[in-house]
Amino acid sequence: MGWRLIRIYTILVYLFMFLPIAVVVLLSFNANQFGSFPMTGLSTRWFEALWNNDAIMRAFRTSIVLGLMTAVISTVLGVLASLALVRYKIPGRNLITTLLIAPILVPEVVLAVALLLFLNFLNFGKSFTLLLAGHVIFTLPFVILVVQARLVSIKRDVEEAAMSLGASPMQTFFAITLPLLMPAVAAGGLFAFTISFDDITGTLFWKPGGIETVPTQIFSMLRNSISPEINALGTVMIVLTVGLPLIGAAIARTLATRSGQ
Amino acid sequence: MSAVSLSNIVKRFGDYTAVHQMSLDIEEGSFVTLLGPSGCGKTTTLRMIAGLLDPTEGDITIKGKRVNDVPIHKRNLGLVFQNYALFPHKTVAENVAFGLNYRDVGKDDAKRKVAAALDLVQLPDLGGRYPKELSGGQQQRIALARAIVIEPDVLLLDEPLSALDANLREDMRVELKRIQQSIGVTTVFVTHDQTEALAMSDQIIVMSEGRVEQVGAPEDVYNTPATEFVAKFLGASNLLDARCRDVANGGIVLELPDFPAIPIPKERAPKVTGPGPVRLVIRAEKLQLKAPGTPENGCLSVDAIVETVDYQGQSARYFVRVGDHQMQAVNMIEDHPFAAGAKVALQFRARDCAALPVGSRP
Repeated sequence: MGWRLIRIYTILVYLFMFLPIAVVVLLSFNANQFGSFPMTGLSTRWFEALWNNDAIMRAFRTSIVLGLMTAVISTVLGVLASLALVRYKIPGRNLITTLLIAPILVPEVVLAVALLLFLNFLNFGKSFTLLLAGHVIFTLPFVILVVQARLVSIKRDVEEAAMSLGASPMQTFFAITLPLLMPAVAAGGLFAFTISFDDITGTLFWKPGGIETVPTQIFSMLRNSISPEINALGTVMIVLTVGLPLIGAAIARTLATRSGQ
Repeated sequence: MSAVSLSNIVKRFGDYTAVHQMSLDIEEGSFVTLLGPSGCGKTTTLRMIAGLLDPTEGDITIKGKRVNDVPIHKRNLGLVFQNYALFPHKTVAENVAFGLNYRDVGKDDAKRKVAAALDLVQLPDLGGRYPKELSGGQQQRIALARAIVIEPDVLLLDEPLSALDANLREDMRVELKRIQQSIGVTTVFVTHDQTEALAMSDQIIVMSEGRVEQVGAPEDVYNTPATEFVAKFLGASNLLDARCRDVANGGIVLELPDFPAIPIPKERAPKVTGPGPVRLVIRAEKLQLKAPGTPENGCLSVDAIVETVDYQGQSARYFVRVGDHQMQAVNMIEDHPFAAGAKVALQFRARDCAALPVGSRP
């Protein structure tokens, strides 16, 4: 009896969480202009409309470029920072770690306003570079957390063995450390991309006029009217932000099994 | 010319001195063991030879060339770790071939060398496997193959047997010695296990608290410990306070309460120079428990009482009391072990004893 209640309760919680998403996905295939049930027919017209909407496609391209650049910069910086923090005895190591992780702990609005005011103070205006910098600051902690955890588990002995066999520190990094670090690097990069891709708070503060990312585009579209195109856009966003990490995890797992780790 | 030589090496970590003023010459082709308890500086010394640590003072030369400023990857050394340190993302063959990638070795040549190295460690068929698929003993053999395939000037082994099971450890010990002899590479072996050190080494360097206590062949170190530390660390020894009565050409004569006078040959007491207090060293296995009244046969004999018996199957460790002295003896069991409380005659030969000056330091 008790178990039955728990089961029903669990199902209700899941419905509460996922039903709105399911509705969005479902309605994106609705043939009718007005979203209501029962649906009158299936169609991909809203996806086509999306494809033909220049503003949305521009926003989409911006988001992809921004996400990729954020991922690459964050991953490179994150790996370098992790190496320094884990492999070398640098003074103030704990303080630096805390500072690097801090952006997760500070409310995003505060971070967004702070960065904006700081750059205003330095007489820099809003620009794509500022937007990129903001996203890097915001995604770097995730990369560092993931990469550091992995780096700690890679024994120093393995690197020392490689060096004793004639590999320079640089060659050792590329032949041994980086391949062993790869699952974490890939995971960190994916994190950075997806976080950047659906960030809105910081982006609203940082983006210069005329540049829209997908979330800010949706946001401004919602202010005017609720177009079914938004449902289609939402579906695309869901597929990207849920699908990418899943694919990443699957790739990481296959790589790991193949190398027998 | 010695293969490796350390002159006045000192290593400090902040205020802590890990290695004090150490000088050492390791002969070409020899198997030398750094033996000592953890924290004695043996691994620090090995890591300085490897180039993983810089000495605070002193010079390290390998094959006559000063290497203090030569980074590890240019020293041409083979290094084997306690936990194998194989590259998990590379196959066994790729692991072994790794060092050849950084040397002027052609592809076919490299293949042949890898195969030869795998043959030498008797695992010729595992080239395609990943390290995770191998047992600990197999992984350590692969690590050894990886280290010797580059024909290193010196092979450095950092407790390579410590992670293995007891039985496997003994097999690997024999195997390791065979491989070392067949290629004749100068080898520095670090261990805290005296059995390994005694069984494998041409020369043992006993270390304690960052200092060298004694350097010598296994038999010398075992039979004639130079310091109390060595006497206690290698095997089970009894150390008793005694007095040196006189020093003559052939040896010295010790006396102590409850014992007859013990004449010790000079070579077993090289550091005792004159009459005065000394420490008498008798190995536990040199003390024989006999039934009271057993003929002495040229041995010295004292009456003793068995206090505790530690039965070990083929042998037994006895804790016995002789007057005020508590001593231990390890004897093979012939029939039945002696029981606790039994009165026995404790017999030993004077030439199995050694004497040290009191509080002797190297």
